[in-house]
Amino acid sequence: MTKLRLATTWLDGCSGCHMSFLDMDELLVDLAGQIEVVYGPLVDRKDVPEEIDIALVEGAVSSEHDLELVRKLRANSRILVSLGDCAVTSNVPAMRNHFPVKQVLECGYQQNADRNQSIPSDVIPALLPQTRPIHEYIPVDVFIPGCPPCAKAIHFALAALLKGETPDVHELTRFGA
Amino acid sequence: MTPSSRVKTLTIDGRPVSARSGETILKVARENNIFIPTLCHMDGLSPVGACRLCLVEIKGSSKLVPACITSIFEGMEVSTKSEQLDKYRKMILALLFSERNHVCSVCVSNGHCELQTLAQTLGLEHVHVPYLYPVMDVDASHERFVSDHSRCVLCTRCVRVCEEIEGAHTWDIMGRGAEAKIISDLNQPWGFSESCTSCGKCVHVCPTGALFEAGKSTAEMTKRQFLPYLSLMRGEKND
Amino acid sequence: MTPDEIRVSAKKYRAERTKKKHHVCVCMAAGCLSAGSDVVKTALEENIEKEGLGDSCEVRGVGCLGLCSAGPLVSLDKERVLYQNVKPHHAGDIIKSLGKEPVKEIQCDLDQPFFISQKKVVLENSGRIDPERIEDYLAVGGYSALIEVLTNWTSSEVVDEVTQSGLRGRGGGGYPTGLKWSTVAKADGTEKYVVCNADEGDPGAFMDRCILESDPHRVIEGMTIASFAVGAKLGYVYVRAEYPLAIDRLRKAIQQAKKFDLLGANILGMPFSFDIEIRLGAGAFVCGEETALIASIEGKRGNPRPRPPYPAERGVRNQPTLINNVETYANIAPIIRHGAEWYSGMGTESSKGTKVFALAGQIKNTGLIEVPMGISLSEIIYEIGGGIPGGKKCKAVQTGGPSGGCIPEEHLNISVDYESLKSLGSIMGSGGMIVIDETANMVDVAQYFMEFCRSESCGKCVPCRVGTVQMHKLLEKISAGDATVDDLTLLIDLCDLVRNTSLCGLGQTAPNPVLSTLRFFRDEYAALLKPSSATAAADE
Ligand SMILES: Cc1cc2nc3c(=O)[nH]c(=O)nc-3n(C[C@H](O)[C@H](O)[C@H](O)COP(=O)(O)O)c2cc1C
Ligand code: SF4
Ligand code: FES
Repeated sequence: MTKLRLATTWLDGCSGCHMSFLDMDELLVDLAGQIEVVYGPLVDRKDVPEEIDIALVEGAVSSEHDLELVRKLRANSRILVSLGDCAVTSNVPAMRNHFPVKQVLECGYQQNADRNQSIPSDVIPALLPQTRPIHEYIPVDVFIPGCPPCAKAIHFALAALLKGETPDVHELTRFGA
Repeated sequence: MTPSSRVKTLTIDGRPVSARSGETILKVARENNIFIPTLCHMDGLSPVGACRLCLVEIKGSSKLVPACITSIFEGMEVSTKSEQLDKYRKMILALLFSERNHVCSVCVSNGHCELQTLAQTLGLEHVHVPYLYPVMDVDASHERFVSDHSRCVLCTRCVRVCEEIEGAHTWDIMGRGAEAKIISDLNQPWGFSESCTSCGKCVHVCPTGALFEAGKSTAEMTKRQFLPYLSLMRGEKND
Repeated sequence: MTPDEIRVSAKKYRAERTKKKHHVCVCMAAGCLSAGSDVVKTALEENIEKEGLGDSCEVRGVGCLGLCSAGPLVSLDKERVLYQNVKPHHAGDIIKSLGKEPVKEIQCDLDQPFFISQKKVVLENSGRIDPERIEDYLAVGGYSALIEVLTNWTSSEVVDEVTQSGLRGRGGGGYPTGLKWSTVAKADGTEKYVVCNADEGDPGAFMDRCILESDPHRVIEGMTIASFAVGAKLGYVYVRAEYPLAIDRLRKAIQQAKKFDLLGANILGMPFSFDIEIRLGAGAFVCGEETALIASIEGKRGNPRPRPPYPAERGVRNQPTLINNVETYANIAPIIRHGAEWYSGMGTESSKGTKVFALAGQIKNTGLIEVPMGISLSEIIYEIGGGIPGGKKCKAVQTGGPSGGCIPEEHLNISVDYESLKSLGSIMGSGGMIVIDETANMVDVAQYFMEFCRSESCGKCVPCRVGTVQMHKLLEKISAGDATVDDLTLLIDLCDLVRNTSLCGLGQTAPNPVLSTLRFFRDEYAALLKPSSATAAADE
């Protein structure tokens, strides 16, 4: 049996959803037989590969880089999963939306910095005016809310997707869970 | 002519049930363990029919009616579930989530919030209308309580409990449409309100984390139910 | 005063009224006043004095003459001459020409369709009598319907007559007036109230203001007859505070009617009492909705509440309450005077009588018109309205304001009645009629009305409060060319939700301008859309 090609990524999020993914513990061993992780923070690959079966996207869209990446993933993936509250609702990252970008950067890089009080201009991708959930930019196939969604919910969803079903996770997780 | 009977029979979702005349669809449904989502409704307070989550279908009428405020009649045929109702309820919830800043993960009421629970129960796993992200105030001027307008759904339970039960009428609504907000007295900071008795009833009827006890952190705010006991103590009749 | 004394006085006033040889009538309604008709009036008076014509001429302030776009208007009612755009410096010529050739330069053609195609019932006295003098109203037969009813009719006969006339509410909904009256008459209650809805919140509408400014006694008479029919002792006129002139004239009229024993305790010495109080609204559109209006009368926040119970059963202070529009009450006296049969002889099968419209937008003659029901829209636009200025083509006609819709030019032959307008996705509404020419974009039109609903939503129920905000944002996005097909789908879904789940009529009808422009002008929306994000992603 050929393995399904799984990509994961985190945009503007805290990596908590990835931690929860790893929390699947021994269930990961089962999954490993059916899944090949082809892209993401868990593997060493720089560019987004073609022909992804399932993409798990953690985090909200905050920067130009986030937007580019999520669009690329969408284009290359059969099924795209919005994983966790940041991706689904934009959650805590969106709390900066009440302030202009300039003020946010000044606060982070100048007022509260002890050294090198300057706003980086290269290296760090430019922030978009607001942080927004990913489905406001691209079509999403499956939503798994939760902060983070528990390992059980992630496993349940993946197991269903592996069987070719559409998962309904609402009994296992919710906004803020 | 025989005097008209006070007991009426009707069907809810095809189930025959009996009820006293004058009772609302919601009351009869709940007695029979039939779930109808509600948010602005609270037993013990006057109904307002504002959130529209409890809308149900009545055979023979093209209009949806709010179950919390609509009286039953003999032979009524009520449907509490349909594809259309499900869609509308989810959209109404989605509109509520989009309207202000409901960041469940860091909310004092996380895990004890009626809005959050409704989203889960009704299977709303994402909000498909754009979030509006308005800038809203937090009023921490009261020594025991805090109000965070980002989490307010304008159900007006606080307004009603304060007026109808406590008799203080500290809370009211100011402004129209999306600008509507709850205010204490004539829009003074809560801590400076002269009418507030600090009874805390508003805090405990608030369905979300909009009104909470000072010092409570994420997920620590649980609400007490007191209106049912109050009604019992006052010996209010059940109809 | 007794009925007979009133009749005698009326006769005297009629004689006085027609005594002078020339009557120079100056429109003193808000439109002409704002164009300076008060100064014109003074100039005319000065010239009469100067010429020493005081014995044969008289200057009168009258109500609206209709052609507001050409104000200030001055009419010589005996000579059938109308002057338009009158400036104070014309006063000398006007007075000098009395009894001779009219002043050509400012003369307005009274044989143009604007005047001859109208049918005046509600506005029969408008522009003819001085609204500030009850004597004038009595002289033209005012209060004779009330006297007739009080002396010879039973209350149920009044209800029957109104039912027979086929009159339907002019506040927008078109509910049969007789049926409403009989419901209130039958309702149990220790006290009943009669309410006149003069909130008139539709943008561009000014029919009710004009009636109150031009003929306030007619509304008082209608309300008093209604109170007799349903058994009420107290009435309220709920009028927006932005109508100071209407309020002032109504106040004066109430005082005068009381002085003549036509209002107050034991009207005309009979065992029937009725009083009217004025309540000022702060100009919220939603306060025109009957349950919100009642809350506002009671001194509460003007929020609607779910119906039933309807006001006819539980209204002001939880008592049975009759609530009708200004124009509805203004139709009552003529119905009583001329009979239901006469009234139902005008109009169509289901829509009887006449309707007052405020013509506005891209049309030559803007102003107030009264036409028989069943007239075609094209007759109103091209004949009475004089067509579209600048050689442009008409694109659509908007009726019913923010609750209504746009009727495209190819359907202008439609008859103006409740059912026909509804079949095309619009409504009769209270009488706003906005003409849109070919240069307008229909998405902008929808956006304008949604903006209005968004800012006028009371905020009580969720679908309207948030739905109108979201719909407005989507329309903005479409207008800006940033929206996709998915956004349009979401807009349509929201229209469906807000229409079917909102608490009151404001929310339930707020999607109408969008739905009706989508129905007839979908291509204008489509032209503004980008491909959906799904296809955009696939393209990349
Ligand atoms: C949002 C809203 C605004 C309204 N505004 C008015 C108004 O300004 N004037 C009016 O007469 N009726 C208005 N109505 C209709 C009234 O609720 C009511 O139906 C009417 O006054 C009844 O009088 P009628 O039967 O004579 O038409 C409004 C309704 C809604 C839902
Ligand atoms: S529909 Fe709009 S105006 Fe009417 S009650 Fe609801 S929020 Fe208020
Ligand atoms: S619970 Fe019935 S409308 Fe809110």
